Amino acid sequence: MSATPASPTATACTCPECEANVPFARRPLQGEVVRCPDCNAELEVTSLDPVTLELAPEVQEDWGE
Amino acid sequence: MRVGLLYSRVRVEERLLIEEFERRGIDFELLDVNKFQAEIHDPTPWQRFDAVFERCVSQTQAVTAVRVLESFGIPCINSSAVIEACGDKLTTSLILARNGIATPRVRVALDPETALEAIEDMGYPVVLKPAVGSWGRLLARVNDRDAAEAILEHKTTLGSVQHGVFYIQEHVNKPGRDLRVFVVGTTPIAAIERRSEHWITNTARGGQAAGFCITPEIDDLCRRTARAMAGQAGALLAIDLLENEDGRALVSEVNHTMEFRNSITTTGVDIPGRMVDYVLGIAERRSVNRASQAAAIAPTSAGVA
Ligand SMILES: Nc1ncnc2c1ncn2[C@@H]1O[C@H](COP(=O)(O)OP(=O)(O)O)[C@@H](O)[C@H]1O
Ligand SMILES: [Mg+2]
Ligand SMILES: [Zn+2]
Repeated sequence: MSATPASPTATACTCPECEANVPFARRPLQGEVVRCPDCNAELEVTSLDPVTLELAPEVQEDWGE
Repeated sequence: MRVGLLYSRVRVEERLLIEEFERRGIDFELLDVNKFQAEIHDPTPWQRFDAVFERCVSQTQAVTAVRVLESFGIPCINSSAVIEACGDKLTTSLILARNGIATPRVRVALDPETALEAIEDMGYPVVLKPAVGSWGRLLARVNDRDAAEAILEHKTTLGSVQHGVFYIQEHVNKPGRDLRVFVVGTTPIAAIERRSEHWITNTARGGQAAGFCITPEIDDLCRRTARAMAGQAGALLAIDLLENEDGRALVSEVNHTMEFRNSITTTGVDIPGRMVDYVLGIAERRSVNRASQAAAIAPTSAGVA
């Protein structure tokens, strides 16, 4: 999994899967899950300063409501 | 007063809850469960919290962190007892059964051949579910002996140890939908129906949500369920109901980290707002108690009264 850095005030970041621009409508939050508009990959904000996106982990057996 | 929000992923639901805390100017802190660590002899770093609101996707992480925080005296919503009651479908069924709450028949077996006997005895179709799991994953509707044998073999061969617990539920011939009731404390606040062409109606699996008007019977059923699962104070719960051919609602399962993104506009109820009200009520009480305890032990210049 590669991490893509961007500036902390970023309103967009690069998708680690397809390198498309992933825009943030609002201030990104640590742990936030976003979808790449181009490749539809599920991405997770893994740090804020700088903002990094990584592919979200696979669902585990004990995940849920 | 300060509230912790324990989370692993900020989904739409967590975003809405955070915005609700912000709108009200609440002193709250985001606690990433992946960064959680605690020295069990030293509660001091955690004593700044009057309550912790747990919203993790992983039940194992949730229950572990909450058990530690509870032992430090911090109220957690939901409590570890509630997470454990809801998080394992067998535990839930046992609680419902012993409290006389309408729920589908369930058999449990611990060996594949014995499970097959149990299934044959119950009659087809039956539904096999992993005791721990969600979002409609790994559920199997079993229509005949061939399918039963195949699924039991797959579970035994490919599944983790937990899949060796065979939770076998009566199939309920529901009318193309199931119902979900959101409960705050012990009060049902909103409900949806979830419709699907598929027998599995979870919205995570494409089920379509629409508002549902809570009937007096369902209101009563859900209040009793909340008390059975969480005691008189209740909890934040989403109760899944299946209607049988007589139109009677049966409690299928109870969820402790409810997802509600599809249920706010469909019901017109401010679900995140009501959840935050509940959490703040608990934090407020704790904060007041702590203040009065501190006042009681503080030395005064007048000496001991
Ligand atoms: N016994 C059953 N009979 C009929 N439909 C069922 C039964 N059990 C589950 N379902 C369908 O499958 C969905 C998911 O089942 P549920 O027990 O709630 O598991 P999960 O924890 O994965 O949501 C239900 O919402 C319902 O539509
Ligand atoms: Mg369910
Ligand atoms: Zn992409």
